Amino acid sequence: MARNPVTWLGSPTFPKAAKEALNDTQLRQNLRKATGTIRGRRAAAVAEMTDWEMLRVAGEQIKDDVLARLDTLLVQLEESVTARGGVVHWARDAEEANRIVLDLCRAEQATEVVKVKSMATAEIGLNEALEAGGVQAIETDLAELIVQLGEDRPSHILVPAIHRNRSEIREIFQRRMGVEVSDEPADLAEAARVYLRQKFLTTKVAISGANFAVADTGSIVVLESEGNGRMCLTLPDTLITVMGIEKLVPSWQDLEVFLQLLPRSSTAERMNPYTSVWTGVTPGDGPQNFHLVLIDNGRTATLTDSVGRQALRCIRCSACLNVCPVYERTGGQSYGSVYPGPIGAILTPQLMGDLHDPLAASLPYASSLCGACFEVCPVRIDIPSVLTHLRAEVVEAKGRTAESVAMSAAAWIFREASRYEKAQKAGSLARFLAKDGKITSLPWPGSKWTSSRDVPAPPSESFRAWWRKNRCQE
Amino acid sequence: MTNTAAREEILQRIRSAQVPAAVPVVRGYNQKGPGGVELFAERVADYRAIVHTVTNVPEALEALKGKRIVAPEGVPDEWLIDGVTWLREPLSIDELDQADGVLTGCAVAIADTGTIVLDGSEAQGRRALTLLPDYHLCVVRQDQIAASVPEALQLLEPTRPLTFISGPSATSDIELNRVEGVHGPRTLEVLIVI
Repeated sequence: MARNPVTWLGSPTFPKAAKEALNDTQLRQNLRKATGTIRGRRAAAVAEMTDWEMLRVAGEQIKDDVLARLDTLLVQLEESVTARGGVVHWARDAEEANRIVLDLCRAEQATEVVKVKSMATAEIGLNEALEAGGVQAIETDLAELIVQLGEDRPSHILVPAIHRNRSEIREIFQRRMGVEVSDEPADLAEAARVYLRQKFLTTKVAISGANFAVADTGSIVVLESEGNGRMCLTLPDTLITVMGIEKLVPSWQDLEVFLQLLPRSSTAERMNPYTSVWTGVTPGDGPQNFHLVLIDNGRTATLTDSVGRQALRCIRCSACLNVCPVYERTGGQSYGSVYPGPIGAILTPQLMGDLHDPLAASLPYASSLCGACFEVCPVRIDIPSVLTHLRAEVVEAKGRTAESVAMSAAAWIFREASRYEKAQKAGSLARFLAKDGKITSLPWPGSKWTSSRDVPAPPSESFRAWWRKNRCQE
Repeated sequence: MTNTAAREEILQRIRSAQVPAAVPVVRGYNQKGPGGVELFAERVADYRAIVHTVTNVPEALEALKGKRIVAPEGVPDEWLIDGVTWLREPLSIDELDQADGVLTGCAVAIADTGTIVLDGSEAQGRRALTLLPDYHLCVVRQDQIAASVPEALQLLEPTRPLTFISGPSATSDIELNRVEGVHGPRTLEVLIVI
């Protein structure tokens, strides 16, 4: 089987990539500014809602219900989309999905397609697959366009070019569009408008993702801001929508929860500028050929893990990225995947399905477990618990290592009071290594700890020994 | 379909995951809200749309004189005032692209979020009509304003092509700050008829 492109080929492990990213002061400045702005605005947008917690709980419950009835709901979605003139395709993995989309493009004799921002298509590496097959995919979301023109990689779920500031964007636009433009965001947006206008008006095939699909009506929902989504979903003759199998909601009413949770969590707006809803094909309005490609690509494997499966509730809002102290410092590219940040740290290794992979195995450790991600998550994914669960699985997958031997030895020592006290006594000798009450460098394997932080010097006497001497009645 | 094998295998994998049934959904969140014309006007204006409260629509359309404006099917005759070049269907993509603006009604509006919803029925037209012209003038009757998102969704027919519009086209893609005016209409004007 081909490798899952959810992680980028040749990416180093998280600690290695993070170390490099931390030296990039421009990157850290850009991220601090952007995440700081959105954190404040999100908090204000959420504070307006007196029923926010009830919405979160409902969001969690609806998505859990989807996961519990996924087979029936998918079949129902297929029936309702088909009944309204759409065609449904199923893909087990990225390779299969890419081939389906390429074949559909070829059937329309398209050499160029316009794309609405979509995490699912980024996850499966669709653009690269299309290019290899002779079809050029044009990204139309402003941030995706910045990444594409800059021959860069995305670093955020919502704003893939979050690591770029206005003057860097200006440089990319001038170089690739051949136009003079200032670094004012409004001018940069205007440049993108002019650059893409003719593409929208003339391209015959569009590719989108989906934020939600309503099982009982077959309606597909896309939220966006710029109008590039509306262009792609309305003007071309053929629309191909690629969607993860978990992006369902059972009924139309369920959207009342997510249309309130998602905009406030992602862009901190009461409502995003444009939301499009379409059901199959509407004669005389919009694309007359509609294809829906349902992708698994590691989702059913994730579903088997009773703790880890809650990651499939994710609605890709990116609130967890914006509050994460690790993400803010390392940036998204360090995670080696289109899914960065806290959600990426639990989703990527599970979709990858191979904890022997060094990058996948390093991701559950890309967190200080502070819990801010859980607090903001609109569907209440308990990311810290899934992280620790996956860490245990990583350890298990490693089998017998120096670390696991040391841990078993520690367990043996901790089991018996006398052994524990002897070990404490021996450990207190380490105080002779300390200067100013701190140990700054230990020999290996202790050096793995002291390379990034100090160890306080152990006291000469343990608390147990002190208690026995001073308080014990015997 | 050629990929029946994929379909069967995915469904089989889901079934073998044996996910336990979920608890019933508790809809304890607000179904209603304060609503009203004032809140709607305030929220629409928050997103830099231009808002007027009017009693007479034709009078409020005077500013369109001398312009080429798209008028979808079902627009009331009284809105089609003299002095405006009204563009009627069938219209090509180029004709839409060159129009000065579009005048529509709406299906539903949402006070809480400052949103208007189009469903392609009377006085709204197909979706391209409100997308290509750079200026969108939307007439909202007081009785079309729902208080909350849940209330609005109940009033909509999900299988119609729906467009929810909250302010003019915008982006947050540069340093996560909102800037108005990208691909959709850069000016959104809303007339609330009381």
